[in-house]
Amino acid sequence: MYPRQFLEQLYRTLYTIRVFETQCIKLYRQGLIIGYFHPYLGEEAIATGLCAALREDDYIVSTHRGHGHCIAKGGELKKMVAEVLGREAGYCGGRGGSMHIADVTKGNIGANGIVGGGIPIGVGAGLGISIRGSDQVVAIFFSDGASNNGVFAESLNLAAIWDLPVVFVLENNHYAVSSPIEQMSRITDLHKRAEGYGVTAGAVDGNDVLAVYEKAKEAVQACRTGKGPVLIEAKTYRHGGHHVNDPGLYMPKDRLEYYKAKDPVKIGRKYLAEQGKCTEQEILAIEQQIDSLMDETIEFAKNSPEPSVEEFLEEVEQN
Amino acid sequence: MYREALNEALREEMLRDETVFLMGGGIGQRGGSYKVTIGLLDEFGPRRVIDTPISEASFSGAGVGAAITGMRPVVEILFIDFMSLIIDQIVNQAAKYRFMSGGKGRVPMVLRTQGGSGNGLAAQHSQSLEAWYYHVPGLKVVMPSTPYDAKGLLKSAIRDDEPVIFIEHKLLYMTKGPVPQQQYTIELGTGDIKRPGKDVTIVAWSNMVGRALSAAEKLVQQGIEAEVIDPRTLVPLDRQLIIESVRKTEHLVVVQEAVRRGGVASDIASIVQYEAFDSLDAPIEVVAGKNTPIPFNVNLERASVPRENDIIEAVKRSLHM
Repeated sequence: MYPRQFLEQLYRTLYTIRVFETQCIKLYRQGLIIGYFHPYLGEEAIATGLCAALREDDYIVSTHRGHGHCIAKGGELKKMVAEVLGREAGYCGGRGGSMHIADVTKGNIGANGIVGGGIPIGVGAGLGISIRGSDQVVAIFFSDGASNNGVFAESLNLAAIWDLPVVFVLENNHYAVSSPIEQMSRITDLHKRAEGYGVTAGAVDGNDVLAVYEKAKEAVQACRTGKGPVLIEAKTYRHGGHHVNDPGLYMPKDRLEYYKAKDPVKIGRKYLAEQGKCTEQEILAIEQQIDSLMDETIEFAKNSPEPSVEEFLEEVEQN
Repeated sequence: MYREALNEALREEMLRDETVFLMGGGIGQRGGSYKVTIGLLDEFGPRRVIDTPISEASFSGAGVGAAITGMRPVVEILFIDFMSLIIDQIVNQAAKYRFMSGGKGRVPMVLRTQGGSGNGLAAQHSQSLEAWYYHVPGLKVVMPSTPYDAKGLLKSAIRDDEPVIFIEHKLLYMTKGPVPQQQYTIELGTGDIKRPGKDVTIVAWSNMVGRALSAAEKLVQQGIEAEVIDPRTLVPLDRQLIIESVRKTEHLVVVQEAVRRGGVASDIASIVQYEAFDSLDAPIEVVAGKNTPIPFNVNLERASVPRENDIIEAVKRSLHM
């Protein structure tokens, strides 16, 4: 059994990610957000459960689908929304956008526009920890798509030969952009690949926040006590296409419905109600609080200034 | 010797700052294929002198990650030709991290590598690829030509908060030159007048500095005093030093070993013609490698990069001789 406070915290994170993505998609449709925006809808339980097992001084490495990771690692909503709107008050001063949000002060090394690009960087964070002799841990989020990139194989091996405190978190959402994993790999239980590198690995239901948390706790503990690295394959499914403008027509309807019924936010809500003994009214109050926080955040971001072109040009003159 | 100067720089910085560590293929027990890291494994142990598998993309990326999280890695890539394997980590990750994070992130990493032709190593082990990195905002590019410069610049590169591509030359490792006993650094972005002169400015870097200097000595017999400028770092580039020299000599010859097309020499020529056009008394001469992969045969190899005589001829053309 888990204390109510803990279940409430998990649910707050799940719900915040859900609202962040849903509201930002609206802003995108209104033309206020431009470029690429990759929602984490349907995968919220992975970041939430995983980061709940981490300490504040642990690191994460994120992906192009990174808003959930950032929120779960304690990222600030105001800075996130301002950034996806391209504002000076954003995490990157409007210079990075959705795919490049980083918050090193919170241990978030950053999202990445290159699929697989963050994996070696996470290994490097683990190497630094090992050299310094501290007991921090790194969680590297990446996808089934990235697992077919060469750096995945190289990095698993490096982490293994150097016994690094790294949790490889393979978010298997079954699509590399639009290509189904069945066509991209003969082995669809991707965690099995880790065995060939001598890395302990297992799979977990990525839509079940407590299942992810338990698996993560075990992995993080192993890494903290020098028994890393570990790989966790979290099976999940996107609630839509690759990005906001991709309708995801290639995703079979029955499968999508199956996973939508296994909605990670609903599952987390159920845990809070049943195990946390939280009433419907109490849960609604939590949700309303997050909804209005998000509304305020969006108002703040919309009204915050764009970066100054003059200052930018002055900055780059020095280069 | 050049390689000893580099070794001293690494050693001094590792003693000074415990976040400095080394990573690369065969740098530990073997001491590096050019013996630059010899003795460092014994002195600093396997935690700080790390032999890697042949996984260039990932161990370079590990350097980036370690740098972001507070370390100062010096990553070695055996040949600049193998940098093609790590281009994502350098160009998309290291070079852009500080900018993309709104100036908050830092990647204080040095990537040591070596390039150039002259050892009969053929097309995949002899290239001069500095222009690739020169082209990418967010990277510094250092190319020392002497032991003194190699040591002072490497120490500064390690202390720098930006990613630095530090390109050595395979023909320079055994070259000799004075290196003082006391510690010193050379600020990145400061060029050096390797030979003062009044008639023509020759800008050259890395192994081409020696070739420019010997050309300059021959030119004395013809009454020409050439000023040889070594920018030492291509990014940042000491424009001022070059432009001041050109204002004095009114003639410029830029020499690079790299192939001519899309090279740094052309960019320097462009900068000078824009900023000192009125001072120029002749078109700027660019002496560069032929637009070819480096051949294996020794005569063909020599013919594909600038020779002393090519520099002499270019100087004479510039001086209308």
